[in-house]
Amino acid sequence: MPDEKPEHHHEHSEHELRAEALETLLTEKGLVTADAIDGIIRLFEEDIGPMNGAKVVARAWCDDGFRARLLDDATAAIGELDVTMLPEAPIVVVPNEPGVHNVVVCTLCSCYPSGLLGISPKWYKDPAYRSRVVREPRRVLSEMGLDLAPELEVRVWDSSAELRYMVLPARPEGCEDWDEARLAGLVTRDSMIGTALPRDPSEAT
Amino acid sequence: MTAPSPDAQVPRVLDETGPAAPPRANGELVFDHVWEGRLFGVTMALFRTGAFAWDEFRERLIEEIGDWERRHGDGEEYRYYERWLAAFQRLVTEKGLCRAEDLASRLRELAARPAGHDH
Repeated sequence: MPDEKPEHHHEHSEHELRAEALETLLTEKGLVTADAIDGIIRLFEEDIGPMNGAKVVARAWCDDGFRARLLDDATAAIGELDVTMLPEAPIVVVPNEPGVHNVVVCTLCSCYPSGLLGISPKWYKDPAYRSRVVREPRRVLSEMGLDLAPELEVRVWDSSAELRYMVLPARPEGCEDWDEARLAGLVTRDSMIGTALPRDPSEAT
Repeated sequence: MTAPSPDAQVPRVLDETGPAAPPRANGELVFDHVWEGRLFGVTMALFRTGAFAWDEFRERLIEEIGDWERRHGDGEEYRYYERWLAAFQRLVTEKGLCRAEDLASRLRELAARPAGHDH
């Protein structure tokens, strides 16, 4: 369109072209196939989401033995659930308990347990979140809508090449007789990063 | 880190019709632009072939992000997948998977396409 903002369009299309150039060159050399690329995009955009992580959390809420194994060796325990992870790094699950709230960050880049939580949200990759949540976690969480009681200890976990973290949120009150599948519906992505709590059962469908 | 077999790297979904929310239900698209999703897919697909170790990509990504953060002040818009693109380009050229001159000439070809070619 002739009246589109020219600088913006130019800047945008330069990255687009570069990404396209790399994709076509690697594909023509037979190093990757278009089918493999399409499959991965579909998987992450449509299938995974935070669903795998939510199932892990719901199982831990219902099964104390699983919970203990999950906290002891999450990579192995998740294996019991038939959720195959992208093998970027082993997972460590940190539990929210009375008196303790956990939150996850990757200060250096944006390591994230994508096999459990899908593609990371934009704010997780943002320089402001990555630097500030370490220095002033309460304030950042409050700005994100999560006000924590002053007596709670806040633990910040910095992901790395060797380890990724996921938060096991506490099971809310008011869902004592719910089954695992229904409980999984309470578990949001942000509650497993630690920037929110699970949905309120009385407001969930 | 040892490279697991390619099959082990495909995350399987337990229950596609389960109650947990799909990513879009969090109120945001997972990628801002189509090219970002393509690039993510190309990177992961190439990783699955064993062409590089994840740390080889990650260390370049950390450098590109750190470099951007040193050069740009607050208020400038940070675009994560542009850093990813810079890191991925360095990875494939430095590992000899794609020659820099091939990339340059492909970029010229693509830029020379008439406007609206794909519409």
